Amino acid sequence: MLLLIPLLPLVGFLINASFGRRLSKSLSGTVACAVMLMSFAVSVAAVARLVGLPPEERAFSQSVFTWITSGDFSAGLTLRLDPLSSVMILVITGIGSLIHVYSTAYMHEEPDAEYARYFSYLNLFAAFMLVLVLGSNFLVMFVGWEGVGLCSYLLIGFWYQKKSAADAGKKAFIVNRIGDWGFILGVLLIFTRFSTLDFQELAASVSRLSPEQSFGTVSIITLLLFIGATGKSAQIPLFVWLPDAMEGPTPVSALIHAATMVTAGVYLIGRNAVLFGHAPLILNVVAIIGTATALVAGTIGLVQNDIKKVLAYSTVSQLGYMFLAMGVGAYGAGIFHLYTHAFFKALLFLGSGAVIHALAGEQDMRKMGGLRKDLPITYWTFVIGAIAIAGVPPLAGFYSKDEILWKSFSSGHTWLWAVGLLTALLTACYMFRLVFMTFHGHRANQNHENLSNHSNPSNHSNHLHDAPLPMAIALVVLAIGSILAGWVGRGGRFERFLEPSFGAAATGTVRLQADLAPEGNLETTLMFVSIAVAVAGIGLAAYYFLKNRAAADRLAENFSGVHRVLEHKYYVDEIYDAAVVQPIQIVSDDGLWKGVDIGVIDRTVNGVGQVVGGASEVLRLFQTGSVRVYAASAFLGVVVVLGYYLWR
Amino acid sequence: MPTLNDYLVLSAILFAIGTAGVFVRRNLITILLSIEIMLNAVNLSFVAFGRSLGTADGQIIVFFVMTVAAAEAAVGLAIVIGLFRHRESLNPDTFTSLKW
Repeated sequence: MLLLIPLLPLVGFLINASFGRRLSKSLSGTVACAVMLMSFAVSVAAVARLVGLPPEERAFSQSVFTWITSGDFSAGLTLRLDPLSSVMILVITGIGSLIHVYSTAYMHEEPDAEYARYFSYLNLFAAFMLVLVLGSNFLVMFVGWEGVGLCSYLLIGFWYQKKSAADAGKKAFIVNRIGDWGFILGVLLIFTRFSTLDFQELAASVSRLSPEQSFGTVSIITLLLFIGATGKSAQIPLFVWLPDAMEGPTPVSALIHAATMVTAGVYLIGRNAVLFGHAPLILNVVAIIGTATALVAGTIGLVQNDIKKVLAYSTVSQLGYMFLAMGVGAYGAGIFHLYTHAFFKALLFLGSGAVIHALAGEQDMRKMGGLRKDLPITYWTFVIGAIAIAGVPPLAGFYSKDEILWKSFSSGHTWLWAVGLLTALLTACYMFRLVFMTFHGHRANQNHENLSNHSNPSNHSNHLHDAPLPMAIALVVLAIGSILAGWVGRGGRFERFLEPSFGAAATGTVRLQADLAPEGNLETTLMFVSIAVAVAGIGLAAYYFLKNRAAADRLAENFSGVHRVLEHKYYVDEIYDAAVVQPIQIVSDDGLWKGVDIGVIDRTVNGVGQVVGGASEVLRLFQTGSVRVYAASAFLGVVVVLGYYLWR
Repeated sequence: MPTLNDYLVLSAILFAIGTAGVFVRRNLITILLSIEIMLNAVNLSFVAFGRSLGTADGQIIVFFVMTVAAAEAAVGLAIVIGLFRHRESLNPDTFTSLKW
């Protein structure tokens, strides 16, 4: 049964990849959506069966075949469903299905073959992502890990004729490779140290280690795995690819670069909670990196003008939250945020896609405004998503974000909590800046001569059409999800459900929670603090971008230095360009190309030719063509040979 | 009574004459004749050795050499005629088109 879950999207991929060219749009879209929905149904059935088991036994696996056997070591293509992966497969297949449905409308202007290509990639992505989360050992996970990276590359560069899209795809792939390098080294180190790659066996043998034994190697292993996670999940220092990845179609950004693939790093840490639990130092690194990423990305998001870029930085920032949760040992809270974030961030991306769709490809928020009346469905669902991410109760984002903040405070990371709170303020602020700039105010018409008669409302709405039915369905369902998704986590139910997956690592946090139980008052106080912060953020955005746009411009002018740094994303791309790309290019150009290739290899090859040529110049003198000279040389040769033997 | 040495000296002289002819003369037919002289010088030493060792081997070899020489002369002369038709000359220095 488990095998069916990734197999169905794979079948969809094979159909669309082999026959897509000859299928009509509606048929290839239907195939792609149908396999995803079937996969979702199977996932629901599997999870239902899982929930039916008693909490301690909630896991079952399916061994498909033995992949590698060598001596004592064996690794199989084994799929395993436990509470953690059940959350992941529901998110992937559920939200994935909605995004597939949405895509049927969003991509409708593509030619038939491109349309099928798009859906084949999307299905392939879902298959790999499901393999990633269902794999019961590192090798199977790695297959999925690399597979989703490939699909991400293919989909970012879907419009490959556009140079910026092709470049963004390459950038994403290369940056991810750096992370994968860490991941591979980590896996190899696990293999040499523990001679197993199975998650369960690894957790068992790690938990037997005493703290002194586990200090060195486990720290290095977890650090390497975390490097892999920073690549995939766009954390400092490898976050630069995600904003560029917005070159891909918007549903792709929603599925891959918000809801699923980028959370793989969080999943990786959650899956190896026991391992990370034995490396407290690295957990601190994870928490600090996560918090720093949340803050840095949040501040950048505050000043971006491209609607998708804002959402991209918001994603990076929210992923930072998840890593903060992982780092303070609140694995359940991190996965909870992953799950709620998948709803509202997919919703926000799809909403922005609807806006872009309506405006025929316009992404600059400065050229938008006043879309509230023309796109009511998009507007209202988008507002729900924005409230959810801002952390206003009772929407989904509030529960998970508050949980993370509380866990980081209660585990003694007061500084991280403070930065997290500041980031929550930023989140509310940039998100409502986006809402107000896009949907409120007036449309700047000087850039839209093509939409003439801008003042004429009837003509105006002719150009702007609200989301077509499939897109509206996806938006509405996700909006409902964004409102309700948090409710499953009330009272720590979600964490308790996930607990078996984190093993001994999580019981520690539960004990911590029990110790702090009397401080329930404090938790409530902090809850109100975070609500107040969220409302304050919305209020700030309302003041600057709804009431008094001029004040925002003045503020930007007064702090023009800061504003410029933020607008240029802290010059991270430029720094990487100067520190990494340029040196590599110089070394490649002057060193490897002009030095090694031309200087050594080419000269060796040419040298061999020249030696042969030069020797021939001498040797050809013997080849006179005169018979008598040949005879003379033969005679001379005989004389020399004979003479040698006679006078020896 | 001439000894083996006398025969070998005569053979060496004949061989030297033939070799010199091949190197010095500028006529293909003369060169072919000089080669015949060299062959016969060798034949002479074969026969001389055979006689001095009291076996017939030397004489048998000579028969072989004579057969081959006849064949060689036939082919060689045919080539010379062909070359002459080609270049209207018998000077070997005109036939240097094998030179690279």
